[in-house]
Amino acid sequence: MVSPLDRKLGRDLWRMKGQSLAIAVVIALGVLMLVMMDGLVNSLDQTRAAYYERYRLADVFAPVKRAPDHVLRDLAAIEGVGAVEGRIAGGALIDLEGEPAPIRAFAVSLPDFGTPRINDVYLTDGRRINPSRKDEILLLDGFARARGLAPGDHLSATMNGARRTFDIVGLVQSPEYLYAVAPGELAPNDANFAVLWMSRDALGAAFDLDGAFNEALIALGRNANLDAVIDAVDRVLDPYGGVGAYGLDDQISNRFVSEEISSLRVSARSVPPIFLAVAAFLLYIVISRMIHAEREQIGLLKAFGYSSLEVGVHYFKFVLAVAVGGALLGCMFGVLSGRGMVELYLDYFKFPFLVFNVDPAAFIIGFSASVLSASFGGVVVLRQVFALTPAVAMRPSAPADYTRSVSFSEQLKKVLDQPSRMVVRRIARQPGRAVAAIVGIGSGMALSVAMLTVLASFDKMMDVNFSVLDRSDVTVSFVEPLSDKTLFDLQNVAGVIEVEPFRSVPAILRNGRYSHRGALSGLISEPRLNRAVAADNSAIFVRGDGIILAEPLAAKLNIAPGDRLTVDVREGRRPTLELPVVGVTQSLLGAPAYFELGALNQALKEPGRVSGAYLRIDSAKADDIYVALKDMPAVAGVSIKSKARGAFQQMMDEGAGGMRYIMAAIAAIITFGIVYNSARIAFAERERDLASLRVIGFTKGEASFVLLGELGIITLLALPFGIALGHYLSLAVSAGFSTDLYQIPVSFAPASYGVAVVAVLTAAGVSGWLVNRDVGKLDLVASLKTRE
Amino acid sequence: MSEPAPKPFAPFAFRSEDVTKVYGSGAAAVHALRGVDLEVPRGELVVVLGPSGSGKSTMLNIMGGLDRATSGRVWFMDDELTAMDDAALTQFRRRHVGFVFQFYNLMPSLTARENVELVTEIADNPMDANEALALVGLEERANHFPAQLSGGEQQRVAIARAVAKQPEVLFCDEPTGALDSKTGRAVLRVLKDVNERLGATVLIITHAAATAAMADRVLSFADGKIRDVIVNKTKLDPGEIQW
Ligand SMILES: Nc1ncnc2c1ncn2[C@@H]1O[C@H](COP(=O)(O)OP(=O)(O)OP(=O)(O)O)[C@@H](O)[C@H]1O
Ligand SMILES: [Mg+2]
Repeated sequence: MVSPLDRKLGRDLWRMKGQSLAIAVVIALGVLMLVMMDGLVNSLDQTRAAYYERYRLADVFAPVKRAPDHVLRDLAAIEGVGAVEGRIAGGALIDLEGEPAPIRAFAVSLPDFGTPRINDVYLTDGRRINPSRKDEILLLDGFARARGLAPGDHLSATMNGARRTFDIVGLVQSPEYLYAVAPGELAPNDANFAVLWMSRDALGAAFDLDGAFNEALIALGRNANLDAVIDAVDRVLDPYGGVGAYGLDDQISNRFVSEEISSLRVSARSVPPIFLAVAAFLLYIVISRMIHAEREQIGLLKAFGYSSLEVGVHYFKFVLAVAVGGALLGCMFGVLSGRGMVELYLDYFKFPFLVFNVDPAAFIIGFSASVLSASFGGVVVLRQVFALTPAVAMRPSAPADYTRSVSFSEQLKKVLDQPSRMVVRRIARQPGRAVAAIVGIGSGMALSVAMLTVLASFDKMMDVNFSVLDRSDVTVSFVEPLSDKTLFDLQNVAGVIEVEPFRSVPAILRNGRYSHRGALSGLISEPRLNRAVAADNSAIFVRGDGIILAEPLAAKLNIAPGDRLTVDVREGRRPTLELPVVGVTQSLLGAPAYFELGALNQALKEPGRVSGAYLRIDSAKADDIYVALKDMPAVAGVSIKSKARGAFQQMMDEGAGGMRYIMAAIAAIITFGIVYNSARIAFAERERDLASLRVIGFTKGEASFVLLGELGIITLLALPFGIALGHYLSLAVSAGFSTDLYQIPVSFAPASYGVAVVAVLTAAGVSGWLVNRDVGKLDLVASLKTRE
Repeated sequence: MSEPAPKPFAPFAFRSEDVTKVYGSGAAAVHALRGVDLEVPRGELVVVLGPSGSGKSTMLNIMGGLDRATSGRVWFMDDELTAMDDAALTQFRRRHVGFVFQFYNLMPSLTARENVELVTEIADNPMDANEALALVGLEERANHFPAQLSGGEQQRVAIARAVAKQPEVLFCDEPTGALDSKTGRAVLRVLKDVNERLGATVLIITHAAATAAMADRVLSFADGKIRDVIVNKTKLDPGEIQW
């Protein structure tokens, strides 16, 4: 038989279903966020690992100028090397009809026989190439789709100065190009970067590499020491112009993917707990108020001889039911939405398949956070109630409290009418409860403030980067560092207004055991088009006496102005330079290290070299300029800022940054949930009072006023608190969104606060309206008949 | 000659010495009880009279272990209630006491039968819940919720709930306040029955002075004290009481 107490439990839950559900939903959202984010991060991580394994992505990449095929045997002999494959890879420019600017591409060779043992590709359409056909290619799936190309289509590309036309026979995805980022670009852009796979013969002919390779791919054996292998490979390839082998961690696509996953992981670890904490706090408030309202029944049970423990267990079950219900709901929908999110990301990351997996820890954390906070709320209040003798607990708590406020209410009487006085007196009489409600609504609001601030900060970051830092229209990069005389050719193109040269030198920056694989940016001393900017948006002048580092880079290298930086140049003669650090600057994108162009060239002993230029152009002549650039053999790539900005925006909307919209939506729902809960609980507590008021002749309007007036005052008081708390929460949340690739500087926009204030007021209005409908429906007789 | 006194067999169910109860403090203090001394022999049916606010409910709450006296001592049999901790008081209520409260105090979310079961569940020797409801003439309404019952019916459920436990002591705070004379007499008969059949000590607070006629003993409260105690030589049957 179900015990009467359990039946009471069931009925109470049912009676308070609106309220219970509202709390459960808020809890569920907190848990959902945790489970969803965790599932997402975990799944992406595991899918990536599975993809790499299944398609045998190399562990080490070793580019070299030209090494004869027999060198592969030497590489295979290195201890720790499991498999080696030599291939030919090189830049290409694709010429598409209707597209004035040339498109940068990368051409990669496939082995003559069979599928690649390392760096295999996943065929999505068409067939593999016939190795004996020099004009057959496989094309990167993402690019093909973005450009509407399919097997059967032709494609013309310029490689090593020679232009040829190819047949597309198949489309592929590759673990090597999950993120198709053109060299020098910050964000991937499907439409503007292509990869072609073709026969080794064809590429060997194009790059004069018959019987030789210019990149070795290495799969490590078990227990191999990566650093030792890289050193050994470098020694073997050095005579052939090895540029320096690097591990998968430094492979560009993998690095982007890792960045994205790890920034998702950072937000997954830092943001959901904040949400969960707010939800837990709400649960605590609501549970404590519910139990308080049950004090008479608790007294009654005790009068019958139920022990405190038995009564406690009964209410604990109630709390547990709501918390566990919410947590279950959260886990369920968390898994569902996590799955949905992964599907979206799948497309974004171009994984051909998906391993969905939520770490059980996420369930456990979500469950325990909600159950613990709920229990805490319950225990705190039950302790108070237990301390009461049953006789006291059975008396309604109201009458005794009037005494204190007598003189106060005398004064009130002069200013306020009866219903207003009731509102004020109730708040004044139970300040603890009012404060808890204010804190509750305030924290709900703070979540929204924080998310709105983060949204604004993303926009601000984009803006600073693409309007303040980079004021050029086009970035041109050369096939290799060229004489600065080439700049005149650019200057002479009709429509080009301003040309600003730069030199970008791939390098490993080291400070003791800290290192970073990146590049030195050589800029002119007073750059006008692409600037280094300090925190206050003022220009930093690039210096010739030392390097200026971006803040996150300085932090990564643990270096400060005055220290010396070791620079292992990875280009040309590959010297190692010792350069002083003279400044640290804010940077929103990437992690640049600036050095004055002339000084850089001098240090490299390569005077007058530039790797490219920033251009300001007459936009009316843009298309003509692109055509002219396409015809210049020196030009390897053209990056158009409007497109780059679009690509970057897209990356932040679809990648890890895209999470911000979902979080903002959840924040909004939680904010509403909290306000609604506050209104509901106020109504539940006052149901009998309101009925009494109606019975003694108060109008519906007056009764509503007594109820809603309180909600209104609490909401208004919560606004400043929400703004203040939101400020601090913004800092925490944006830190959770910042990555090595981009920092999210918190920019506090009054608009964010304004929107949050309006949102909270709207939520209060809607909640008030919802609850107020119940004032009209009050069953006067029923609620007065039973004395709870 | 002096024989050793036999092991004292407490003749009194309740005994109190100078019990006071003060609510609040300072200017707002209310002296609900100002020194109550009483003796209630075992197995008696006691009626408690007194004007409103004279401290009747307060004293009963203390004797029932629901509340604590500000000073003074109260014994139940050989045990001093005023010296018990909360756990002991809980056990005392659970094992020995049945209550009918002035304000019925039914659980609104439980039906009449379930309200009774709430008590029989934890009692040592309860009667069946339906049987208890039948005693107060409510067997038909067993599945109704308090909100579906009239005030008098709720009061009768409260009585059934107290009686169902078959307690040693039964406290009734105005058990017939909301009842017509016929039902009132029926309820008093149930209480009398519990008193006689189970030998339970029954204390009934009432404003109906006529009820005193059925009591073994009548305690009259006034201004937080016992004004007088009347021991009835002859008792009337509940059926004979004039309303
Ligand atoms: N919690 C309390 N705080 C302050 N005063 C109280 C409290 N409970 C009771 N009193 C006061 O103690 C006095 C005795 O109350 P009690 O309930 O015992 O009266 P009563 O004799 O049962 O009256 P009635 O016949 O009206 O039920 C009253 O003056 C009452 O106002
Ligand atoms: Mg009373």
